[in-house]
Amino acid sequence: MKPAAFDYVRVRSVREAVDLLAAKDDAKILAGGQSLTPMLNLRLARSQLLIDIKRAEGLRSLAADDSVVAIGVGWTHAEIEDGVFEDPTRGLMRHVARGIAYRAVRNRGTIGGSLAHADPAADWVSTMAVLGATLVCEGAGGKRRHVAADSFLQGAFLTQLASDEVLVAVEVPRLSAQARWGYYKICRKAGEFAHALGAVIHDPARNICRIVVGATDGPPKLLPGTAAALAADPMSEALDGLDQEIIAALPEHEPAARRLHATAVRRAIAAMSTRMDH
Amino acid sequence: MSGSSVNGEGIGARALRKEDARHLHGRGQFVGDLAMAGLQDVAFLRSPVAHAVILSRSKPSRSDGAIFFHDDLTGALPIVTRSSIPGYKVSDYPVLARERVRFVGEPVAMCVAASRALAEDLTETIDVQYDELPAIMSCDSGRAAGAALLHPQWGDNLFLETSFDSGLDPAVADAPIKVELDISTARQTMHPLEGKGVVAHWDHRAAQLVVHTSTQVPHLIRAGLAECLGLPQAMVRIIAPDVGGGFGYKCLLQPEEVAVAWLALSYKTPFRWIEDRREHLVAGANARQHQYHIKAYADQQGRLLGMDAEVSVDVGAYSVWPFTACLEAAQAGGNLPGPYHLTAYRVQTYSVATNKPPFAPYRGVARPGVCFAMEQVIDAIAKAVGREAWEVRAENLVPGSAMPYTNITNKHYDSGDYPAALLSAKEMIGLDAFRAGARRDARGRYLGIGFASYTEQSAHGTKVFAAWGLPFVPGYDQAFVKLTPDGALEVRSGIHTIGQGLETTLAQVACEVTGVPLRDIRVTLGDTATTPFSTGAYASRGIVMAGGAVGRAGEVVASRIKAIAAHLLQVAPDAVTFRDGRIYAGNASLSYADVGRAWYFRPEQLPEDVDRGGLEATEGYKPDVDGGLFSYASHAVQVAVDAETGLVEILDYVIVEDCGRMVNPMIVEGQTYGGAAQGVGTALFEESPYDANGQPLASTLIDYLLPGPVELPKFRIAHRETLSPYTKFGIKGVGEGGAIAPPAAIINAINDALAPLHAQVRDAPASPKRVLAAIEAAKGHVGALAGADA
Repeated sequence: MKPAAFDYVRVRSVREAVDLLAAKDDAKILAGGQSLTPMLNLRLARSQLLIDIKRAEGLRSLAADDSVVAIGVGWTHAEIEDGVFEDPTRGLMRHVARGIAYRAVRNRGTIGGSLAHADPAADWVSTMAVLGATLVCEGAGGKRRHVAADSFLQGAFLTQLASDEVLVAVEVPRLSAQARWGYYKICRKAGEFAHALGAVIHDPARNICRIVVGATDGPPKLLPGTAAALAADPMSEALDGLDQEIIAALPEHEPAARRLHATAVRRAIAAMSTRMDH
Repeated sequence: MSGSSVNGEGIGARALRKEDARHLHGRGQFVGDLAMAGLQDVAFLRSPVAHAVILSRSKPSRSDGAIFFHDDLTGALPIVTRSSIPGYKVSDYPVLARERVRFVGEPVAMCVAASRALAEDLTETIDVQYDELPAIMSCDSGRAAGAALLHPQWGDNLFLETSFDSGLDPAVADAPIKVELDISTARQTMHPLEGKGVVAHWDHRAAQLVVHTSTQVPHLIRAGLAECLGLPQAMVRIIAPDVGGGFGYKCLLQPEEVAVAWLALSYKTPFRWIEDRREHLVAGANARQHQYHIKAYADQQGRLLGMDAEVSVDVGAYSVWPFTACLEAAQAGGNLPGPYHLTAYRVQTYSVATNKPPFAPYRGVARPGVCFAMEQVIDAIAKAVGREAWEVRAENLVPGSAMPYTNITNKHYDSGDYPAALLSAKEMIGLDAFRAGARRDARGRYLGIGFASYTEQSAHGTKVFAAWGLPFVPGYDQAFVKLTPDGALEVRSGIHTIGQGLETTLAQVACEVTGVPLRDIRVTLGDTATTPFSTGAYASRGIVMAGGAVGRAGEVVASRIKAIAAHLLQVAPDAVTFRDGRIYAGNASLSYADVGRAWYFRPEQLPEDVDRGGLEATEGYKPDVDGGLFSYASHAVQVAVDAETGLVEILDYVIVEDCGRMVNPMIVEGQTYGGAAQGVGTALFEESPYDANGQPLASTLIDYLLPGPVELPKFRIAHRETLSPYTKFGIKGVGEGGAIAPPAAIINAINDALAPLHAQVRDAPASPKRVLAAIEAAKGHVGALAGADA
């Protein structure tokens, strides 16, 4: 379980990374390395060149205004968990970070690395989708492209990132003080990737209610029908249309898997709160 | 109970472990820590297919000395495990595959390079062409007519078939209660923290092949390795350094071990192979997979009248050395009646060859499976007669008044009060209060309590192993004890410590009989060059056998210390006593160094009739009755089952155990915690599935789930201490017991919880998938019972 030989470059800038990506066919970006390095060790992933962006300028940035906080992709799960910077989502992001894998993984793994790796069961994939976040990708010549997080994944481990683009930031909309959120994932053991995941935010002040079912076989799916029902009757936990909407959203899944996903969503809704620790 | 202990640190003391300081500071020395000039790493190319004929194999030119196939290993013989059991079929387990491969992961070629990464690169330069054969992936398909044969010369796929019948028919002809169950346990791997590892080199001065290997049984490996390499045993030295867990896996002579030793023998330079976790998951340490079909008969009270069982064990492609492919099924058939009084029993066992890695004895050896099956039978009978499961258990357990008791399969239960342990467990878990309370918790989860009782045959020796027909039969374990000139004590034993604390407990035994303070006792283990013979650490035998031997040798040395001390103090030897780390006669006293100095350096002070053996002795020991000592326990567990997710949470877990005299209760508890944690793994998490073509589906710890601290309950342990009448100090073994009962207790608790839903889970692990499937199936079956609490 040792990787095949590869070259390693620690870049100082995103531009340098983009140039290397463009020059080498199978170059890969290395951020925290918590998914990529095990796959390299197993020789399931191979690369002639690893481009380490951990120290690249500008990737541990924060840019906030009244409505959005742009979070550089280099922040680790542990830093988010620890509240090293202000959580624009009123505790949702800290809650999610705390539940990712194990602390040792969180110490190195980064939010951007997780999103770009695009494991459907990864927490940030569903979290950014439910938040309606925007992902910022930088390509040749410093050209930046904005992609909605809920359409970033094209499939499992497949994203909209072009082969010479680097994910550089996540623009997370602020939740208002009245916003409630719920997040529930079903795992057999602590630290395991989720088998089913439900995430919900309801922010009446911003007229937003979004529900996501995640940890599917592919991209997280929005459940707009159930969200509309919830927005219309915020106290309702009896969401009659949920099962039907899940069936429509996950047509390829086995009935047992659909029931599990419906349970995750139902419990995320039931857990909705304005508090962090729930 | 315990408590008597010399200096407060002899037998019975909760002494802190002597080995902990180095381990807690990360200063242990494991095989992987060894450094040697010129050390080269080994990687194996392993079969990607489950069953195939090898059509061709080729390696790049100029790779001689770097890449090896079967025919390159001149002089290395296959691992062949014979057994004297009639009908047993022998498998040749080649060190590297010869004309066939029989499981995914079987070593096909060996590659050597300056680093493991480079050695793995070499594996990618090899071309092997396979002609695939149908893969046998279950006991049923292995036994089916016309099945592809793993070992064509056998004529079938059965390593062994056994049967036992006490005369069942009359007893059950008109039994009022009959239950019939199909039960299975999943294939598992063992996962000691440290995997297998080997570093071999040639010692030019000693003219010896020196093999550092992570093993539980250094003296056995010496014999097995010498045989495979065609060497005299004197030319082989085995050193087991710190070993990070074994659980049975490290009792085996592994093909990789032979291959790496062959390299060192052939090239006279050092070589290393360190098993990685993927190799462990795919190619190593398979265990636990049993299948049961049981019919049990009882009276209206739930008293067992008879039992008829068929047991199949999926033992993989080859027989392991030295325990054979049949130990598991033999143990399963013999131990199925468990702690119960059973008068009519019929059992048929099948050890089926399949295209999976060889099956190895894993902590508990067959008993987690038989306990899982038998305890479900007891609960099924209880349900059928409408009684609490613990009541039916108590009705059937061998009572204390019957001890010693010989059961229907001729197992001799030496001592104990099985029902008393069960009743304690029932009180501790609070069954009565639980029954009076709600069946569901605030989150809507279903609550249940389950019980399991078992016996743990420990330190089974000559009689048992001779009957199993194994290649070796353990007899006397030997130990060496020596008082040094400065009054310290050296203890040497050929057993090995693999985490079970023998450096401490053997020192406590030596302290008990010699009075030498624990801090002055040094225990040396695991090196065939420096320790007397022992077959090693397995079968919960360490403290019984090595402890007995250290006790014997210690007593001999103690009597010689007394003789010299008596002469120095001018008293009779029987006036001499050991106390507070000194040697007393009345108020006069000597230090141990005074006696040591007299023997070694001041012989003019010695009595004329001094024993010329001096202050050292090697003694052998085995129990008076060598068929095994029976520890026992009852476990009780409360679980919550989430009927929507299938997740099971353990809310409370109690263990009432009796392993005879406890040398160190803290170590008994540690052993019990660790075993029980592995039992939880069997019950709820661990599973090595394969697809129909024999591809393993769990090749990393992402897919093979081990329980972690968060998933484990706080096990509450209570001790009983019934001495064995047959052993020195009344000790029994306890290393395996913790792992035996959890699958049974937990499945019974789950089924108790799911009773309102009429759902029953019969197979381990009780994964969410299985729990949800059982609930769904019950919806189908009891649709007519709509309105029930579902």
